[in-house]
Amino acid sequence: MLEYQNIFTRVQVRSTTPEWGVPLGRGTWIRQVKPFYLRWLGYFGDAQIGPIYLGATGLASLIFGFIAFEIIGLNMFASVNWNPIQFARQLPWLALEPPAPANGLHLPPLNEGGWWLMAGFFLTISVILWCVRMYRRAKALGMGTHTTWAFASAIWLMLVLGFIRPVLMGTFGEAVPFGIFPHLDWVAAFSIRYGNLFYCPFHMLSIAFLYGSTLLFAMHGATILAVSRFGGERELEQIVDRGTAVERAALFWRWTMGFNATMESIHRWAWWFAVLTPLTGGIGILLTGTVVDNWFLWALKHGVAPSYPAVFGHIVDPATLPSGQP
Amino acid sequence: MNIMLKRLAGLACLGAFFLLQGCERPPIETVQRGYRGVAMGEVYNPRRVADQAANNAIPDVAPALPGPGPKASTVYKNLKVLGDTDSAEFVGIMAAMTAWVAPSQGCTYCHDAANFASDGLYTKVVARRMLQMTQHLNQDWKSHVAGTGVTCYTCHRGQPVPANIWFGNDGEKHADGVLGDHAGKNEPSQIAGLSSLPFDPLSTFLDAPNEIRVVGQTALPTGNRKSIKQTEWTYALMIHMSESLGVNCTYCHNSRSFTDWDQSTPQRATAWYGIRMVRDLNGAYLDPLATTLPPNRHGPMGDGPKVDCATCHQGAYKPLYGKSMLSDFPALAAKTSTN
Repeated sequence: MLEYQNIFTRVQVRSTTPEWGVPLGRGTWIRQVKPFYLRWLGYFGDAQIGPIYLGATGLASLIFGFIAFEIIGLNMFASVNWNPIQFARQLPWLALEPPAPANGLHLPPLNEGGWWLMAGFFLTISVILWCVRMYRRAKALGMGTHTTWAFASAIWLMLVLGFIRPVLMGTFGEAVPFGIFPHLDWVAAFSIRYGNLFYCPFHMLSIAFLYGSTLLFAMHGATILAVSRFGGERELEQIVDRGTAVERAALFWRWTMGFNATMESIHRWAWWFAVLTPLTGGIGILLTGTVVDNWFLWALKHGVAPSYPAVFGHIVDPATLPSGQP
Repeated sequence: MNIMLKRLAGLACLGAFFLLQGCERPPIETVQRGYRGVAMGEVYNPRRVADQAANNAIPDVAPALPGPGPKASTVYKNLKVLGDTDSAEFVGIMAAMTAWVAPSQGCTYCHDAANFASDGLYTKVVARRMLQMTQHLNQDWKSHVAGTGVTCYTCHRGQPVPANIWFGNDGEKHADGVLGDHAGKNEPSQIAGLSSLPFDPLSTFLDAPNEIRVVGQTALPTGNRKSIKQTEWTYALMIHMSESLGVNCTYCHNSRSFTDWDQSTPQRATAWYGIRMVRDLNGAYLDPLATTLPPNRHGPMGDGPKVDCATCHQGAYKPLYGKSMLSDFPALAAKTSTN
């Protein structure tokens, strides 16, 4: 028997005939793509590719997603005057920019944010359709819908940033540009404008859940790999039929930190941490500008941020002096 | 399997090598400035400071001091700025200007060799205006330059055109029509540290008195409608200042609250006056000179060269590390009577 003694997967998961899955109910599309094997993918996961089920929602989602992708990409390409070399060189800097703040919630001209609004619309339709598709596929297999809700949590954050908060602020100019560096610069500017987002408690929670997610993932992955020589990778069986792998893993954590999750609860921990990351983050974004204008001052007011001695003394704002100019 | 692993390891090494190309080789030194624990520190690489030191040395130029001689205007013709200075001092200033601005070109870079009094060369007209600008700056902008002041060398450093000047910039060419508007940003911004922030914050803030402040002054909303996009423009200007002075944000600000003056350093007030000074210089001196300068000195949009923070600072927290040259050239320290 092969053992997981390596951090790389050494076992190729293959069957003598490709696995087609459980029988489908009536009224669904047939599964596309005849299954086949790929050795290289087998190093990372299951070597079997397919069957793929696209379905009406999947197909529509891809089409809408493609439209959004094209609107963004062609605008980027036009912004470098259709020069393919510059397009490749400058790609990380390029963006499709939302309308100017003064435009409010009106429909802007195409080249002044109209394309941005359209891309956002199609992208939103696309991800929501994909979410519906995940729900329906999970139901078709008799599964729970946990994946759907996890994805919905990410969509919530996306919609807060690109639609809900801008609408509450009364202008699409508050939304994020589509672009690699531009959206990062936007994040920095967002934090500066609203007095330092690090003082927003929901941002704090989101960071805790985000970093917590990676920590939990590392702890769980390491634990299971470490006891796989005792059959620990059969986690689901071991939820109800605890074997020596579970006993050892649990004892390890009780030894090291006094407490252990169970084979079942660790997955709830991971799911909640992942879901709460965008959920709390989205609440923080939603409150910014709508309810709180300066998070640092808010934190001072509520005793979150400490005050430090003024080592440089009292620095006067020159604009407040009679001789100061604007 | 072994060969594959070796290849993978080789690829990983190669990848790591390329990834590190953007990094600066250590050592990095941090000098604490603010209260402990607030991360207000200046970050230096001693190697870079050593490289920079040569660029900030004072040139060896004979001083031009007032003497008992006749007024320059009684000896030379067509003097409009330095007529009241002593004639020997005047010659000293002319010699120093040549060394500072046109050392390889010599007197005839500005003067007609046949008639030194002639205003025929545009360079002479510009040089005269620049003398007035220097005097104005040293006399009226002590809030920024203090007693240190500036000379021609502060910006020129031995070149007829200073290394750090700027022109209006409407971005790289983009397609005409209904696609591809860049909104003044979203291409590598030379001014803003190669970020995707606005590429011409200087026209907005250093050639026009647009509002720089964006951050709300109250915890809860009380009507501050400054946008995130506006913040990006302010941010671009601030990166320009940081790069020009070779300092990080915390040289002036406590980054926990950029807007709070009480947590800022005294340098922030100096910089505040610096912004107003540069606006004044561009509006009163540089912009009007555009019509005097020939087209080959104009920028791509047809405007003249302008000054920003880097024009004087050139990467140093104080130009020439704060060494004053004015004591050797007192005629530059204040407006002279015929100014």
